[in-house]
Amino acid sequence: MKRWGRWNEWLPPALVIVGTFILWEVLVAVLRIPVFILPGPRAVWAAYLKWQGAIWFNAGQTLYTTLVGFGLALAGGMGLGLAIGYSTLVYRALYPLLVAFNSVPKVAIVPVLVIWFGIGTIPAILTAFLISFFPIVVNVATGLATLEPELQDVLRSLGATKREIFTKIGIPRSLPYFFASLKVAVTLAFVGAVISETVAANRGIGYLMIAASSRFDVPLVFAGLVVVAAMGVALFVIFAVIERQLTGWAYRGQAL
Amino acid sequence: MNAAATDSFAVLDHVSASYEHEGQVVAAVEEVSLTVPQGAFVAVTGPSGCGKTTLLKLLAGLLRPTGGEVRVGGAPVRGPQKNVGMAFQNPILLPWRRTLDNVLLPLEIVEPHKRRFRSQRSEYVAQANALLASVGIEGFGHRHPWQMSGGQQQRVSLCRALIHHPELLLLDEPFGALDAFTREELWQVLQKLWLERRFTVVLVTHDLREAIFLADIVYVMSPRPGRLIHQAGVPLPRPRTLPDTFTPGFTETYLEIRRRIGDGRPA
Repeated sequence: MKRWGRWNEWLPPALVIVGTFILWEVLVAVLRIPVFILPGPRAVWAAYLKWQGAIWFNAGQTLYTTLVGFGLALAGGMGLGLAIGYSTLVYRALYPLLVAFNSVPKVAIVPVLVIWFGIGTIPAILTAFLISFFPIVVNVATGLATLEPELQDVLRSLGATKREIFTKIGIPRSLPYFFASLKVAVTLAFVGAVISETVAANRGIGYLMIAASSRFDVPLVFAGLVVVAAMGVALFVIFAVIERQLTGWAYRGQAL
Repeated sequence: MNAAATDSFAVLDHVSASYEHEGQVVAAVEEVSLTVPQGAFVAVTGPSGCGKTTLLKLLAGLLRPTGGEVRVGGAPVRGPQKNVGMAFQNPILLPWRRTLDNVLLPLEIVEPHKRRFRSQRSEYVAQANALLASVGIEGFGHRHPWQMSGGQQQRVSLCRALIHHPELLLLDEPFGALDAFTREELWQVLQKLWLERRFTVVLVTHDLREAIFLADIVYVMSPRPGRLIHQAGVPLPRPRTLPDTFTPGFTETYLEIRRRIGDGRPA
């Protein structure tokens, strides 16, 4: 029973992924799609093996900019989210600006960042930060805003100060929202870093893909894409596991 | 009533309270005067929406009266107080805390316990465990709220309301959401705790059997805006048992109060 439960968890997604690759290979072969339009998985694998060193060097750079940007977003997002949730005044004052800011496509900001900071690491970090910042702020603020009045009454009836209510129930209550936002935000940060690299960079997986596509090395472009996707999934999984570990109570019995 | 009646612990003196609902001012209670003797068990009952909960919030200092004065322990109530414990219809436990830490919560907030909480934690934990045992859930301290039944959660909620030895216990239909057997068991649990500790209790309930079983005095309120329309002393000796609720004396009191609630309704 328990063993089947484990199988049940990883087997279906594994089968779907393997199936997707098989279908892809078969379609490319049957429809005779040229390699420079859509290479099959085997061609992509070959390109990956050939450029392995370059791919991982650039992937490492992308991971670095992603995580630094995400780290900034994490600290800033948690801080601002708590501030917004704590004070209605801060909420009213900042929310419209935040929404406006979030509505701007980040790819449009990259050229500005390049003018300010030059081509390279910093624009990638900042784009990762900008794109992943908002969901964290909104989730933390939502966690605080949806605090049950009954829960507050329990503390207020004991004479708790606003600060005590905030630390005893506000913050714990918003943690599941915070961690739920992290797994989304970390993949967004990754997207931000890659976007920035495709616009203006001299290293990073985005840069590698742009460079490869300008040489019509389409299998290498796809190898880059697959690595990007795999890293995105890996980051998502890491933060999903952290979320489960730290806020298991929010999942009721399931996690335990 | 008894001699203790002269020593009134909680007093509502011509208290009115209203709240705003969709731009309209709604009177919740009007000109309510009520006295709770020190160490007494008082029940407030009345039809749904008559402002019973408002009375409790006024006593707890969660709500300011729009007229009149609320006094607890001789001093006017101007905000939440430290000598009050409160339990609600829903247990409202903090889901991220285990049972024991839920019970300890008031000690982290209310002085002088707050100051001593870290240094005397083991002592407080022992107190909490003893309290959990006295309500019949010994050894449940490590469980999370969702791992317990509604009745067990309500027992925890009761422990949380009492852990800091409040002088005034405010109960807002605490057994309303429970099944009949659990409810009656908790009546006995509460009676036992009260007989041991003799805190002052104001219990809001719409279960007349519950009110009469537990209380020394039962106050009856009219439909909104709530006014006090009747006050009944319950002369039954303590400790009361469940069979007592089927004696002629009990039934008489029950029918009298029931008739008064009927009177308060518009024809």
